[in-house]
Amino acid sequence: MPATPVLPKLIGERVKRREDPRLIRGRATYVDDIAIVGMQHIAFKRSDIAHGRITAIDTSAAERMDGVEAVYTGAQIAEFLAPMPIGTPFPSPEHRAVAVDTVRFAGEPVAVVVARDRYLARDAADAIVVSYDGLPAVVDVEKAMTGQPTVIHKDFANNLAVPLVPSGTGVSADGSSVDDSAIEQAFAKAEVVIKQRMVNQRLAPTTMEPRGVVAHFEPGKGTMTIWSSTQNPHILRTFIAALNGLGEDQVRAIAPEVGGGFGAKINIYAEEYVTAAISKRLGVPVKWTEDRSEAFVATTHGRDLIGYVELAAKRDGTVVGLKLRLVADIGAYNMLLTAAIPTLTMMMANATYDIPAIRCTLTEVFTNKTPTDAYRGAGRPEATYFVERAMDMLARELKMDPADLRRKNFIKPNQFPFATQTGAVYDSGDYEKALNRALEVAGWDRLKADRDAARAQGRLVGLGLAMYVEVCGIGPSASLPTGGWEHSQVTIERDGRISATTGASPHGQGNETTFAQMLADQFSVPFEHVTILHGDTAVVKQGIGTFGSRSQAVGGTALHLAGAKVKKKMAKFAAALLEAHEDDLVFENGSIAVKGSPASGKTFASVAAFAYRPVPLPEGLEPGLSEEAFFEPTNNTYPFGCHITMVEIDRQTGEPTLLKLVAVDDAGQLINPLIVEGQIHGGLAQGVGQALIEEVVYNDDGQLLTGSFMDYAIPRAIDFPRFELEATVTPTPVNPFGAKGVGEAGTLGSTPSVVSAVVDALSGFGVTHVDMMLRPEKLWRIINGGRS
Amino acid sequence: MNMSITVTVNGKRRVASVEPRLLLVHFLREQLRLTGTHIGCDTSQCGACTVLLDGRSAKSCTIFAVQADGSEITTIEGLSPDGELHPLQQGFWEEHGLQCGFCTPGMIMAAVTLLKDTPSPSERQIREGISGNLCRCTGYQHIVNAIQYAAEKR
Repeated sequence: MPATPVLPKLIGERVKRREDPRLIRGRATYVDDIAIVGMQHIAFKRSDIAHGRITAIDTSAAERMDGVEAVYTGAQIAEFLAPMPIGTPFPSPEHRAVAVDTVRFAGEPVAVVVARDRYLARDAADAIVVSYDGLPAVVDVEKAMTGQPTVIHKDFANNLAVPLVPSGTGVSADGSSVDDSAIEQAFAKAEVVIKQRMVNQRLAPTTMEPRGVVAHFEPGKGTMTIWSSTQNPHILRTFIAALNGLGEDQVRAIAPEVGGGFGAKINIYAEEYVTAAISKRLGVPVKWTEDRSEAFVATTHGRDLIGYVELAAKRDGTVVGLKLRLVADIGAYNMLLTAAIPTLTMMMANATYDIPAIRCTLTEVFTNKTPTDAYRGAGRPEATYFVERAMDMLARELKMDPADLRRKNFIKPNQFPFATQTGAVYDSGDYEKALNRALEVAGWDRLKADRDAARAQGRLVGLGLAMYVEVCGIGPSASLPTGGWEHSQVTIERDGRISATTGASPHGQGNETTFAQMLADQFSVPFEHVTILHGDTAVVKQGIGTFGSRSQAVGGTALHLAGAKVKKKMAKFAAALLEAHEDDLVFENGSIAVKGSPASGKTFASVAAFAYRPVPLPEGLEPGLSEEAFFEPTNNTYPFGCHITMVEIDRQTGEPTLLKLVAVDDAGQLINPLIVEGQIHGGLAQGVGQALIEEVVYNDDGQLLTGSFMDYAIPRAIDFPRFELEATVTPTPVNPFGAKGVGEAGTLGSTPSVVSAVVDALSGFGVTHVDMMLRPEKLWRIINGGRS
Repeated sequence: MNMSITVTVNGKRRVASVEPRLLLVHFLREQLRLTGTHIGCDTSQCGACTVLLDGRSAKSCTIFAVQADGSEITTIEGLSPDGELHPLQQGFWEEHGLQCGFCTPGMIMAAVTLLKDTPSPSERQIREGISGNLCRCTGYQHIVNAIQYAAEKR
């Protein structure tokens, strides 16, 4: 056999992404790049008021336009499209994809146009005249929960989507039995209690690629193909099939190149249902592409959670109890996971600390705003923010170093697995190690000296520190209505190359690269010989999708298990060829050989060829090399870390500038550190963005004031210094690679760290907390003693 | 009423009949099927649609196709000959300067002009130079590294 070069191990290496050549050349295919002969274009007429009854819709001018194929009002759509389903067990009001008689947020669809091209479709939508009887807009969430100024959904008194859910110490798993004794005793013996109302403001996820859909129902075959910019084509398939009276076998869902998700492309949207239903009705391909103005109103928002935090401690810094009352402004409707997101805040309220008693309560409230759903971190950044800000306030109250206070209260490494007061079982952790590494990298003591020296010169400089623990690798089937497994099929092709499918459908995460690294190592074949297939339900037989930082921990494990199955079978074929026992074989450098005698080996390709023309067929084997695996994790994974920041505030303008950001993240074992760092950088940018410049703002009439990039700021390159990243590695026992997940982590510690740094910078003005976002005007007023 | 325009796109002369209101980006994407140029907003903030118009970066969502009449346009597809990579493309690959890739063509086309005007930019100059282009995935640091890589290779 020909000499084979020794193949390097790839797991743990900074392998360049194989996705990139098509992307940097402009040769990738996103949804809006798809064109089909005869394709029609959809435009939506959207409500320009936040709340009102539709009294009349005049579509006549639109219908008269040459090239307009069809116009549908909400009532007409309702004749052939059922209400939109949700994916949580909470009661939910009927939600029509296109409003039928009442509009409940500005931007809600009220009519649909189908036309020859996108310009004409837009013209026709603009020609539709809708008359409304206005109703009072419900904007302030805490007034809304008293039923003021009105009630949005008739069966939901006081606008309560979820009236009150308790969790924590003394609360039974189903929430039905509540014992207050432990939490009340904890507060009774406290020597200091920090109390603060904090607002974790509403954000717009803002993928750079707006959403888009192409649906193609083929009447002759009775099948539907739907391309969508989605994080989870299999879930899309399930819902599109159900609402169109089709079987899942009759729907093919494709997530082509997807330009970012950040949680906002988990939800199955009105526009996806409508586009599919209209294609089925008309029997032609139909496309809808979201523009940015639409994205700000029509794509789900994130966060928007008020936390009433009470942290009880002894004067030596020992935390004895935590109360967290949460009020979630979920907007006008329940979407796929809306109601579940704030429950994750309760779940993660235990943070990195051994707190003897915790009580959380959650109320979710309808308002006349765009619905919320997952946004990067989804409930966990909120938990981290409330607890870490409270810890920072406690440190300030006790005049303790914020690092020392954390250290005193950490869950210790020997306490894992650690059952929290809030229903999670943390898999593994070494929080002090991450803290110490961050302090060392940042030069904490020197930074404090620098800060003090700057202050002596009259500059407003502050330091912030935040710990976080995440829940990732989501996550056993009990936790998701879709199931929480992932699927993969690994095939050794006839020529010895490997193709593998994954249900973890990426949108920038680089799974094609990391998963190929894993299989190349597993079989000891060249990286270039492995292809990863994803994002097409006709190719990837089953899957859940990419969210909850689960691709590697769940999807990667499914891939590994499928690989192990096919490897075992391949070893049997090789054993027959080599007249050896399969257990004595090794896969090495593109060959399969008896251990210790590589010269005796058969090439990987020759064994593959034999498996597809097995003459004679070894006893007990079927021909071929293709195996699948479903991986059901036994638990989530809980990565953690420490983010340290330094800010300076311009005394004249109030403008905050981020001077330094150090992030030490522990995501368990890393497959590709380059890609991991990329994920962390992006998460940090979004976390800092929340602290400093991002906020969705509505006026009292429920009009969105931040409806474009002119008003909603996402960070630019100039807003950041270089971030300094380091990792600690604490493997998880939950999966064979020890990998935890990293997609969302950056958004957790950075936000409270920056806010704490700003509060530190302003501590001379008697400030103990400032709500986000930290716009210069707000800080200027503090500096100037509240003067306007 | 349509108007006739003549443009040279990626070295090839094109004569087309377009609506006066047709945006250059839609002309490129839908009539010429050069879909590497993306649309990320409708207010000229994001820069995903950046192309070279007569050799300089321009946001093609802000220009009508008729305004480009007589111009020479380079899109991401025409930045480097087939089989080769422009130093910026190479830099983005080497330095992990992209994740979802949607902003990438525009970011690269903006950086072409940045490096033309400032061949050895400081980090600050790079960050300022690409601040008309938004990226939501990378946090920009690896994009800065990618442009530095290209500046050193040229």
